[in-house]
This record gives sequence, structure tokens and C-alpha cells, in this order.
Amino acid sequence: MSLSEQNFPKLIIPPIENLHRLDVYRANGGYEMYRKALTMQPGEIIDEVKRSGLRGRGGACFPTGLKWSFMPKGNDKPKYLCINGDESEPGSFKDRLIFEANPHLMIEGILIAGYAMGIHTAFIYIRGEYHRWVRIVEEAVEEAYAAGLIGPRMKETFGGSYSMEIVVHKGAGAYICGEETSLLNSLEGDRPYPRVKPPFPANVGVYGMPTTINNVETLANVPVILRMGGEAYSKIGAEKHPGTLLLGISGHVNRPGVYEVPSGLPLLDIINDLAGGVPGGKAIKAVIPGGTSMPIIRGDALEGVMMDAEGLKAAGSAIGTGGIIVMDEDTDIPHMLRRLIHFYHHESCGQCTPCREGCGWLEKVLTRVDTGEATSEDLDLLVDIANNIEGNTICALGEAAAWPTRFTITRLREEFEAKVKPTLSLPVLNRVHSLRPSAHEEAAAVSN
Amino acid sequence: MHDTSHSHEVIEQIPGQIEFSPDELARIEKLKALYPNPKSAIMPVLWMAQKKWGWLSINVMQLVAEVMNLPYSHVYGVASFYTMYFKKPMGQYHVQVCTNVSCMLLGGEKIYDHVCRKYGIGHNERTADGKFSLEEVECMGACGGAPMVAINEDYYENISIERLDQILDAL
Repeated sequence: MSLSEQNFPKLIIPPIENLHRLDVYRANGGYEMYRKALTMQPGEIIDEVKRSGLRGRGGACFPTGLKWSFMPKGNDKPKYLCINGDESEPGSFKDRLIFEANPHLMIEGILIAGYAMGIHTAFIYIRGEYHRWVRIVEEAVEEAYAAGLIGPRMKETFGGSYSMEIVVHKGAGAYICGEETSLLNSLEGDRPYPRVKPPFPANVGVYGMPTTINNVETLANVPVILRMGGEAYSKIGAEKHPGTLLLGISGHVNRPGVYEVPSGLPLLDIINDLAGGVPGGKAIKAVIPGGTSMPIIRGDALEGVMMDAEGLKAAGSAIGTGGIIVMDEDTDIPHMLRRLIHFYHHESCGQCTPCREGCGWLEKVLTRVDTGEATSEDLDLLVDIANNIEGNTICALGEAAAWPTRFTITRLREEFEAKVKPTLSLPVLNRVHSLRPSAHEEAAAVSN
Repeated sequence: MHDTSHSHEVIEQIPGQIEFSPDELARIEKLKALYPNPKSAIMPVLWMAQKKWGWLSINVMQLVAEVMNLPYSHVYGVASFYTMYFKKPMGQYHVQVCTNVSCMLLGGEKIYDHVCRKYGIGHNERTADGKFSLEEVECMGACGGAPMVAINEDYYENISIERLDQILDAL
């Protein structure tokens, strides 16, 4: 049976009309899981989330329950929850769907997370380009305030002594703000440079206080976990990365879009069945499986690749944000890489020299490659630059630029070789020396 | 692809006296109170200012610094970091064409070139009559509807050159 005919559970985006409206959400059991959470001890909720095996959906796949348990207990300092809805990784467009189709599920997740960690203020950070979705979330928050589901009145609505304030904060166009510590600086009103870790945000986060940063989709999974129970949730999909994933499929496919599927499905089936395959029945040259920072996979290496954190690790890539970009056989790979690196060069915050300068060098050399002015030595130079960026920067933007460069060139080298001039073959290694008229004779004498 | 180097252009002034209305000042105070530290309100206040004046000139940023009790250098530092805060006047219709990978694969670059030629402007430039400006944008999170164009705050997905022409010509 093909994937498109199977009835996968739709936990995050159920097929219910107007679910973004509070009345519809409540008629479908909305905010009841928060009520259930109140009957539990905060520690029990964290244990339940740990049992579920939920891993962060923002790219790093960090176990959510474990992250929550890092927050200090007690109330001697204010603590904060930041919801990362910056969603700027090229190829990712899944959080947008949650804002649009099920914002109250995220808000309910925020309440449960806040109660579990003893947090009374949450900031939803949404990228500035999402004007419309910022408005949708702001309206949902206002509606929930008006209904006494958040804010001081929630004590009357639900009983208990817990209350939560939620602030929606709009970004203004900077990819780096999706990096969690950059987000904190942006929220504080400073230039959003990523911070050096440690200290980690759980100890010193926004306003210097303990802070947890979770992705939108991660929090949307929390009410689902309380409804199903952690044990049952952990049985969905891949054992080490359970749950449903919102996969955004784009590029050369017949039916691009966001699909909610259990983790661990074969990537090829997702592309061919769910997304309807490649237009014109063309072959796949390459796939980026998790947003553009993740290592590219060759089209002829897709067989058997499973779409979950461990499956993609085995395939030499990573799931990232689950943004799958499919490229058909006619794709100009060097040009694609040049465009991709242009993005990282543009978005480098400029704080660390290897990234600020390195991304610029990568773009310059890739421009040479793309326009046919480079030699194959330049390809090695690119890999060398990438290797010198990786691991030498404060945040992961360095890796985000280095990985695609290195993996695209090493895995699809023939695509690049076809666009560059062959390296001059010199009789001796020293280029200047080799230009002397006698060099050839000397080299011949040495090799004899 | 446009040049990524950070340009140091001269930022113009908006002529005449500029100020926030009493209503707006009250809203700014409310925004400051939303956050544990009022400095956090700088981004929403810059958004407000841009909505009101269309872009962030030196005197607008100075005004924001004043109402925020922050040095002008700090406000400039924040405003200059983000691409969506305009440091020069943009067109009445700001056309943003995505050419990042998913859109590029489906013709985003051709759409961008078309708009360049159509109006005779490049990245972050505007037409002489001030009606249109163009920006080659990075991924807007609409990859499933690639190629995409945004005009001011609205997304247009699965766009073609013909369809875009119809939309632009109707403005």
C-alpha cells in the first residue's frame, strides 16, 4: 500500500475545519490537557514527556523532557520560556502551518510546559516576514486572554494558583535569530549576536534568568503526549525519534507542501507517494533532507534512507527541520550551492571571523566555479575553507555554511568538475619554479 | 545575486518636525511594560515607526532613541542589523522576490530578473515615481508554494511571470 493511501494519525494538524478558532478548538477537547496537567505534579509531567521520547523539532533533536529537567527548581528567580518560531532555514515552512491551522495547540503546549517548569512568562518569537501569521497568533493569544485561558484569570478558569503571561514578539528579518541565544539577544533589544555557551540558557538565559527555548512544533506535541500518554506516543514511528513529523517538501515534486507523517518512513516513498514524485518522471539528482544546512544526499543513494534522526544520521545527513528539497536530474548543482552559500554569507552576523570572512570567500570561489572560471584546485580550496570555518565559530551558522559546501562538493564532485577547468598539471609542485624553461627536463631527470 | 557586502550609505533625514502622537506614546509605554526590561520594546517600536514614516531615517531613529531612553548608537545598531527595517525610502509597493534554493529550482531567479527589467531597478532600489521597490529576499518560508513573491505584507505563492505581471499592473 502506498503512503498516500495509508491513514496516518494527524496529531498536530487534524483535519478539522476552523480549528484555529478558539470555540472550535475547545469543542474538540482543547485546553483540557492543560486541565489534566494541573492534576499532576510538575515533575510527573516532565517524566511523561521524557517517557514519550519527544525530541526537539527545531533541528537539533535534543530530548525535550531532558531539556526541561535542566531548569532550576524553585521560584527564587523569574524563569522564562521562549518559543522559537523564527523558522528561517531555507526549505522549512512547517511552523507556519501550526500558526495558521492550530495555534491554540501551541498555546496549550506553552501552558503545560510553563506549569511543568514553574515559568510564568512566555515569549513567542515569530520571524518578521510572517506578518500574517504573527497577526493570527496575536489574535489567538488575545482570544485566549479574553476567555480567561491565559493571564491572571486562568486561576479562576482552571483553579489552582498557576498563571502564565504570553507575549508575541515579531522579528525583523535575520536568519541568525533562529539560533537560540541570538533569539534571546534579539528579544532583549540588543544586536542579536549569538552568545558563547556555557553558561547555557537554562542557567543564564533571557534577562540573565533561567530560560528554556523550544520550537513551535515541539510544544504543539506536548498536549498530544498528555492526551495519549508518553508510553503510547513513544510507539509512534521510529523508536529513537518517535512521534509524527511535519515534513515540508519543496523543489521538483508534483505535490509540494507540509505532510504530517510518523517518523521513520522511507524518504523515497515520501517523495514519490506523498509528494507525487518528480514532474516529468525525471530522475532525482540530489535531495537536501532537512533544510539547506543539512548534508545533501545523492539521488542514487536514497534507497533505504529513513526519515528520522537516526535514519538520516546513518545516511550521512541529519533531519534538521524536516524541510526536504528535491532536485531533479537537470539541476545545476554548482549554481544551487552558490545560491545557498550566498544566503549564509548574507546572514552571517559578523561576530566570528571564520564565518564572516569564510562565507564570503566561499561565495567568491563558488561564483568563479559557477561561471566557469575556476579550476578543479578551487574545489579543494572550497573544502579547505569549509573545514576552517567548521568548529571555529560561536554558533552553528559556521557549520550551516561549511556542511553543505563540503558535502555537496565531495558527494557530487563530478557536477563541479564538469564546470571547472582541469588543474594545470605541473611537472614540479612549485608553480614559479615550474615555469622555468628547464623545469621539464629537470623533472624528467628526477623521475628517471 | 546581489552584492552581500554591507554598504555604508548616507542615511537621509525626513524633513520637518517628526513626533509620535500622544496615542502612540501611550502605546509605546504599554509595549515597554510588556517586557521585564523596557529595552525589549525597541523592535516593536521600530516597527511602529516604520509603519508611520515608511522607513527609518536618522531623525526617526533619534526619536526612537529618545522615547526608549537609549543611545542613538544602540538604536542604529539594532535597526541596521535587520533587513526588514528600511534605512532608505522604499516604494509604495515593496516587491520581494525569493531566489533561495526552493524558489530558484522553480524559476525564482527568472522572476527576479523580470522585475528588474520591468522597472529598471535592482536590489533595494525603487522606481523614480516611488511606486515600486524591489528586493531579492532570502527564504520567506513559503517553499511549498515556490516560486513566491511578497508584495508588502502579502505572500503570493506558485507565481509565474505572467501572473505577477497581472498583479503588479493592477496596482
